[in-house]
Amino acid sequence: MSAFWLLMIILALAAVGFILGRSRAISSVQGDRRQLHSLPNYYGFNVAMLAFVPAVLVLGAWVIIQPMMISSQVSTHIPAALYEDAGQLNLIMSDVKRVAEGLDVAIAQGVMSADEVSQLDTETTDVRAMLGNVGVALGSDVDPSVLKAAQEMRAKTTSGNLFMTIVVLIVASAGFVAAMLKTQGEFRARNAVESGVKALLIAAASIAILTTIGIVLSLIFNTITFFGMFPASDFLFGLTWSPEGRGGSEHLGILPLLWGTIYISIVALLVAVPIGLFAAVYLSEYASRATRAFAKPLLEVLAGIPTIVYGLFALTVVGPLLVNFFGADGLGWMQGARSVMTAGLVMGIMLIPFVSSLSDDIINAVPQAMRDGSYGLGATQSETVKQVVLPAALPGIVGAILLAASRAIGETMIVVMGAGAAARLDLNPFEAMTTVTAKIVSQLTGDSDFASPEALVAFALGMTLFLLTLGLNVLALYIVRKYREQYE
Amino acid sequence: MNVMTKTERALEMKDMKISAKNVQVHYGDTHAIKDVSVEIEDKTVTAFIGPSGCGKSTFLRCLNRMNDTIDICRVEGDILLDGEDIYDKRVDPVQLRAKVGMVFQKPNPFPKSIYDNIAYGPRIHGLARNKAELDEIVEKSLRRGAIWDEVKDRLHAPGTGLSGGQQQRLCIARAVATEPEVLLMDEPCSALDPIATAQVEELIDELRQSYSVVIVTHSMQQAARVSQKTAFFHLGNLVEYDDTTKIFTNPEDPRTESYITGRIG
Amino acid sequence: MSDASLQSGPDMGTPSAKSSILQLDQRTKKRNAAEARFRAYGIAAIAVGLVFLVVLISSIIFKGVGAFQQSFITLEVELLESKLDKSGERDIEKIKKVTTFGYNPLIENALKAAMEEAGVENPFTKGKDLRKMLSSGAAADLRRFVIANPDRIGDTVQFRLLASSRVDGYLKGRVTRESLARDKNLTPVHLDVVDQLKDAGVVAKSFNLGFITGADASESRPEQAGIGVSMLGSFYMMLVVLACALPIGVAASIYLEEFAPQNWITDLIEVNISNLAAVPSIVFGILGLAVFIQFAHLPQSAPLVGGLVLTLMTLPTIIISTRASLKSVPPSIREAALGIGASKMQTVFHHVLPLAMPGILTGTIIGLAQALGETAPLLLIGMVGYIASNYPGGIIEGFMSPNSAMPAQIYEWAKRADPAYYERAWGGIIILLVFLMTMNIIAIILRRRFERRW
Repeated sequence: MSAFWLLMIILALAAVGFILGRSRAISSVQGDRRQLHSLPNYYGFNVAMLAFVPAVLVLGAWVIIQPMMISSQVSTHIPAALYEDAGQLNLIMSDVKRVAEGLDVAIAQGVMSADEVSQLDTETTDVRAMLGNVGVALGSDVDPSVLKAAQEMRAKTTSGNLFMTIVVLIVASAGFVAAMLKTQGEFRARNAVESGVKALLIAAASIAILTTIGIVLSLIFNTITFFGMFPASDFLFGLTWSPEGRGGSEHLGILPLLWGTIYISIVALLVAVPIGLFAAVYLSEYASRATRAFAKPLLEVLAGIPTIVYGLFALTVVGPLLVNFFGADGLGWMQGARSVMTAGLVMGIMLIPFVSSLSDDIINAVPQAMRDGSYGLGATQSETVKQVVLPAALPGIVGAILLAASRAIGETMIVVMGAGAAARLDLNPFEAMTTVTAKIVSQLTGDSDFASPEALVAFALGMTLFLLTLGLNVLALYIVRKYREQYE
Repeated sequence: MNVMTKTERALEMKDMKISAKNVQVHYGDTHAIKDVSVEIEDKTVTAFIGPSGCGKSTFLRCLNRMNDTIDICRVEGDILLDGEDIYDKRVDPVQLRAKVGMVFQKPNPFPKSIYDNIAYGPRIHGLARNKAELDEIVEKSLRRGAIWDEVKDRLHAPGTGLSGGQQQRLCIARAVATEPEVLLMDEPCSALDPIATAQVEELIDELRQSYSVVIVTHSMQQAARVSQKTAFFHLGNLVEYDDTTKIFTNPEDPRTESYITGRIG
Repeated sequence: MSDASLQSGPDMGTPSAKSSILQLDQRTKKRNAAEARFRAYGIAAIAVGLVFLVVLISSIIFKGVGAFQQSFITLEVELLESKLDKSGERDIEKIKKVTTFGYNPLIENALKAAMEEAGVENPFTKGKDLRKMLSSGAAADLRRFVIANPDRIGDTVQFRLLASSRVDGYLKGRVTRESLARDKNLTPVHLDVVDQLKDAGVVAKSFNLGFITGADASESRPEQAGIGVSMLGSFYMMLVVLACALPIGVAASIYLEEFAPQNWITDLIEVNISNLAAVPSIVFGILGLAVFIQFAHLPQSAPLVGGLVLTLMTLPTIIISTRASLKSVPPSIREAALGIGASKMQTVFHHVLPLAMPGILTGTIIGLAQALGETAPLLLIGMVGYIASNYPGGIIEGFMSPNSAMPAQIYEWAKRADPAYYERAWGGIIILLVFLMTMNIIAIILRRRFERRW
């Protein structure tokens, strides 16, 4: 029975449990609801909860764990002669899975019966062609041991599923019965349900931690695999990036990408920080209520525009415009529309509202007493801003700029579309360069398979990006929090 | 009215620093100050007393146009400093405030070093030609603020690290550093403990030698201790203005008497 | 003025007691000038920001509206029985055997007839050249019609067929005779014909519904590409995000705001949430690729996977705004409920949560809008490079079968070589922004309408 239908059965059981539990509670006190400890619905919920939750947890765990168990068992039966290292074994196992899936499809389409599948062997049937016919394309002919492993996998999966169905149904009924037995007038059903709900709330809150763990694990495992194939020192200190070169000439040095990332981010910050900061100062210190109500939301519209729009803006508007001035017809510094300048300028525009609204908050947190003190000494407004407000707000503003920098480093679409694809260590800002994020996209959207270093390097790049932005964020949040505490 | 004319006559003999005539202040729809006229003498400590919300702080803030920083505030009437209308169109409040310094209720040192706190005013007004002169101004001001001995060894420590009383004396020293002619103090001791209060009061008394000091206080004892003249405000009106001893011993107005005996406010 | 400058000498040192406040000294003038400059910088910064906004918006509109208009060629096509159904039996299987090539002569004939009627001389010897004015999808349109209405074979039917993208570009001013010099898709001679046909009313631009509802087309047929299917993909993704992110986000916020004890675990969760809010979106794409596709073997390019990735990405936003609105419910409400004997849980679910709901919904809508426009993570789970050419068959297929999403479709178009696709991409952006604007306006209205001042 498939997990879906099993889930439906448990759901139905829970629904029945709700109705029965409720009516049993009422009848246990001869219909006098006042004698119940909790409202009748709570008794119903309690039964439904005990029938549903443990069973679903078992089901979920089973669905995740069973394939892993089976594949590790099956892999021990693959003859050692077929592979040399773990990487090759992985490739074989993915073939096995694919064949097993193909056989399932063949049965589902009625091409052959389940018995025929288990009798299948490579001597008499061209398995590759047969699976090709049902729409499962295989990269190579099926090795007999692979077919055997696939058949073994299918057999184990079938028996595993049967076993799962039995266990889950037992767990669900046990919960159901146990809850029903407890359902009496004095039973504190509300407390039981509430602690159940609370557990759910905790589970929801811990998803944040799970997400972080998920990110870290998926980066770490793939990065380790990558470093197993490619020396870490060449990755970290290599000055060339040219994954296309096949064989030994493969260069996956991160430095040109990091340089591109940092260079573009610097250009972006050079645009965003002065404009954003001055805008924030004007809006918080000078602007009338009406101006503020008009200009602040308009500036923030810039923050609500998706990055794909900025990317296209860079590619088709800003790039060609820059080429007009700096290209072959102008100063001759620029080759094509894509360049550090193009991406940096547009990213700067995107970051203006980010810098301005963060700094606005921070400037507003500077106590009015500080300003009064300065005005009381005869300082002008700009002197007050420059010499009292901004220095007082400096830590907060630094935090805001760090957050903006982390944004710039992690920005993807603008650089994918505006910065170019060539990894370069160059100083000319009108030259096309590429970034860590752009390369993550290009390495993972190509056709190369996930086991090759060309694809896996993306995870190492992702790891670098994650650590870099995490560091900046933690530092920035720490600075901003310290700053806030200072004035609270 | 009889009282006022008598007072005015008495005042004419002295050197007047500020004279306010028929001042009205509106905060949006609220009429905060109603027709207040007062003459403030040079080299004297003048105290404004009265219950909370009586308008004494608002009136004080009119004297150096600090109310300009509040959008909804409107000031009418004449306030003359040395005979010149401070609300005249030609007057730059920045220049005015250099002459009429202000010390606030809560000590508000800038988040800078002690030295830079004091040097801030002289720097923006360009009072020192070089570093040596600036050093001199800082030392002189800190001495006038009666805090030199306590901070002379740590001039470059942050001003925010001082105790409350020290901070307030630092703020007074900071205000003195711009060479003002009048010093406005808005409840300068309300955030301080009794010992710090005593130090600041002592300082105010010394400052009287060189400046005209106007102090707002809600403590009648303080007014009695530090001031020579006292003005009693009530509900936006100036009820009575006279010598401090007169106000506290023999007030003309029954409302003043009720206040100083603790029946209102 | 001259007085002031005369007095400026002594004033520079210490403002002596005698200096008048009615006259500005030199230094004050300088300082006021600096003040004015500083103020001007502020105004300039805001102006620059607003100019960027205006340039951005106007280039979106300017470059994008073209996609909503398309050139059509109206032809009377005679559906010759001899070509389409030689046997005359109207056997649908036999009719289906006629490929699009079989329809080409019909189109050529119809074009010739239309030109004759308009008095245009035919400069081409080959019918194939003539057909270049039409989209290569025109024959397929005809075939689809015939298969749907086999009884019309033999009649003459009026068709509004898509003009080829070069002809369309010419009518929109994108393509010029010069630009066709090295283009093998169309020649300037065609444009002369188009000019005359346009005067005759055979070629005309009209509203392009196909762009909004249609499916993506192959690289060579930009005139046929539409955003409809990927819009549906985005819709399914948003359903997933709404169904996952709202309950999880609200549950997590309730726990953190109302129940969580002050301990290191709570701190850890909070630090995690604020950090996740700032993690680059591409990292979520890597997570989705590794966990949902590599590990859990969910189908690539499926809206379900996209929705799950965007859920994880949006959760921090929703949690942060939900906590803010829970926090804004005053404690007195909680105390009142607890005071009459409600349990903590009842207090939260009966009183606090309903009162915080408008704020939560506002935050959720803004989170959804952010997710709707997000592109980078979708690239990694395979939503680019996939040509969304078919509508999903059913609801389950809608979630599970490969599809694109609006921003991914826009990126896909922007990548294609034919400049006609830029126009599509900008048009797609207009549609995307209309959705985002609507969502934000709803959020603002919700906030205005239900905002409570406690």
